[in-house]
Amino acid sequence: MRIRTIAYYFREAFLSIFRNGWLSLAAAATVAISLVILGCSLLVVVNTDRLADQLESSVEISAFLKDGLEQEEIRELNDKIRFLPGVVEVQFVPKEEALQEMRRSFGSRQDILDGLEDDNPLPDTFRIKTRRADQVVEVARKISSLDGVEDVRYGQGLVERLVVVTRWIRVVGVGAMILVGAAAIFLISTTIRLSVFARRREIGIMKYLGATNWFVRFPFLIEGMVLGLLGSLLAAALVYTGYLSLVEHMARAMPFIPLVSDGQVIFRLLAALVGLGLGIGALGSTISIHRFLNV
Amino acid sequence: MIRFYGVTKVYPNGVKALDNINLHIKKGEFLFLVGPSGAGKSTLTRLIFREELPTRGQVLFNGRNVARMRSREVPYLRRRIGMVFQDFRLLPQKTVFENVAFALEVTGASSRDIKRRVPEVLKLVGLEDKAGMLPAHLSGGEQQRVGIARAIVNNPVLLIADEPTGNLDPETSWGLMELFQQINKAGTTIIMITHAREIVDAMKKRVVALESGRIVRDEEGGGYSRED
Repeated sequence: MRIRTIAYYFREAFLSIFRNGWLSLAAAATVAISLVILGCSLLVVVNTDRLADQLESSVEISAFLKDGLEQEEIRELNDKIRFLPGVVEVQFVPKEEALQEMRRSFGSRQDILDGLEDDNPLPDTFRIKTRRADQVVEVARKISSLDGVEDVRYGQGLVERLVVVTRWIRVVGVGAMILVGAAAIFLISTTIRLSVFARRREIGIMKYLGATNWFVRFPFLIEGMVLGLLGSLLAAALVYTGYLSLVEHMARAMPFIPLVSDGQVIFRLLAALVGLGLGIGALGSTISIHRFLNV
Repeated sequence: MIRFYGVTKVYPNGVKALDNINLHIKKGEFLFLVGPSGAGKSTLTRLIFREELPTRGQVLFNGRNVARMRSREVPYLRRRIGMVFQDFRLLPQKTVFENVAFALEVTGASSRDIKRRVPEVLKLVGLEDKAGMLPAHLSGGEQQRVGIARAIVNNPVLLIADEPTGNLDPETSWGLMELFQQINKAGTTIIMITHAREIVDAMKKRVVALESGRIVRDEEGGGYSRED
């Protein structure tokens, strides 16, 4: 293909974009809105996924023992737990140590716990780690049936709830994106239809002069893709700056919630947005080209 | 070069535009197509550049059945046929040069070819010093010269002119006829639909007269109407 021909396609495409003015702007803006929604929900999903991963890998089982067990009974329990399938580590935390730990976690306000040494309400505890996260529930069930075990905790439901929340965010985000994306495709195809009507005289002449179908179609395809690209670049810029300031803000205000700030992940996400914008543009213009351009 | 074998064209609305047409147009001919409005003159030319398909019969262009061409071949057929219209069909926002260049542009010609070929053709039609003007600033005759320049810039083997002087005064028409004759002498076959009786009578070319979709007369060197 000749450079002159390519230049012709782009010149015609941009002429149409400017001729359609406000409609072009609206189409690009709708693309931007739909991609911002998609980008935000994707970021939420990426972050909750990672959070769920971290929680799962850090889940350990705490088995609280009944008060007043003999050393011998505790050692026996220790052995029983150690040989349960899936258990990799068992750590005994006596009640005194548990109190110390709690003191440390209270930091400067540990005076709240003063006076508890004599009548320590905390139980002796086994902390158990499993090889895999999905073994937690089974191991916990077996431990709870052992004699001398009062209660078993492993953050029941937290992981499951996080997974459910993630799924909902995904569904709602993708649903909203599809709705707004459909609107974007519709607006782009309307824009292209107007361009086709504005140039129908020219198209008729082109056909008489022996223009190939693709020669006639290309400027319209480019017009749609440029609109999609403009919208997606706007969306990518908005998502990027918005997320960056969120990461910065969170790092200061809530450092214990680690946001994904991995450059490669974010770059891939933005690239996906731009690619999708181009796709929306191409689809919108193809619809109009096929419906209104009988070449 | 062009052969019609038993060609009948019936439009979807039931109108029979052509009825069993047999016609042979040779290379280098200058042919007037005459007849009342609705006789089927335009339909006949539309079958040649495949704007329409025949209902029955065959149209051959250089030995090829036009109806059997694949749709992606049609643009290349049309590049070998120049077309001139009664209403000129120029692009108003483009200059004279750009209008003519457009015909080369749609074929994917290079800038070099365009810069070489367009001035040549503009000189041939006598508009070399109006290349930068917009069609709206030209007279009707000059606009039609632009139309002719655009039609021949691709060196077509056939030129189809559908009432090219229909909107022009007689004096201007004569000037254009000289131009057409010049193009014909250079080897281009010309099919011209016209109602201009004086022109047909004076040019002494082949005349094909249509009436209600049938050829009622095909006469070498004939006049606009039958000599009684």
